[in-house]
Amino acid sequence: MLIRDIRDILDAKILTGEELLDTEVHTACGSDMMSDVLAFVKDQAVLITGLLNQQAIRTAAMMDMVCVVFVRGKMPGEDIIEAARENGIAVLTTTHRMFSACGMLYQAGLDGGCTIK
Amino acid sequence: MSETNLHYHYVVPGDDFTRAGLASNAVKKILKQLGIEPETVRKLSISLYEGEINMVIHAGGGEIDVYIDDQKIVAVLVDKGPGIADIGLAMQEGWSTASEQVRGLGFGAGMGLPNMKKYSDELDIQSTVGIGTTVTLTVNIKNN
Repeated sequence: MLIRDIRDILDAKILTGEELLDTEVHTACGSDMMSDVLAFVKDQAVLITGLLNQQAIRTAAMMDMVCVVFVRGKMPGEDIIEAARENGIAVLTTTHRMFSACGMLYQAGLDGGCTIK
Repeated sequence: MSETNLHYHYVVPGDDFTRAGLASNAVKKILKQLGIEPETVRKLSISLYEGEINMVIHAGGGEIDVYIDDQKIVAVLVDKGPGIADIGLAMQEGWSTASEQVRGLGFGAGMGLPNMKKYSDELDIQSTVGIGTTVTLTVNIKNN
């Protein structure tokens, strides 16, 4: 799936990272707790979150994630968008809630991508 | 490979959560620039980030020293916070003393120390209640 597809499926608005729209993503993680996100390393992943602060971007950067989707219509401030830009991360915002957003992406073929060992 | 021996020092302010993780982010960029393979970079970055967050939310900040040579990356995190009374308990997944406020910021799920252990090759925690905590994280560099 491409970041472009995520934008279309979630009817999301892209706030930064237009140049990353054709980047391929393989897995996604939905959480508001960043330590839970950090517990599972995945490849080329998307973070779906309702956590609207710098740590959402920083967590994604630590995990080499390429896209952060803010749910429930949350609109990040310029500082968050700038942090994403610096780290080469695309930022989307969608009015869908977390559960729906995850479900729509899962149905379209995006995988959770990790097994608990 | 030429002999590498690098040292970086960071001061982590304890009063500004928005800045928590900046040191880890800076270290990650250095490791990438050094051409260290991505999995190793990620392991060290995540461990260090969890440690840095802990310093800010529990200990009022602290200092981080990162040492890099050809074999390994060692990060030493020193704080003068309240210390950890029971390290065994703190290592349990889900156990946390973080406030509701910290949880609202996306941390305090009780995964910090377990994640640090998971991603580092060696984790040493020395802590004295009322004095502070020193965490030493080591991640080995895979040599091809």
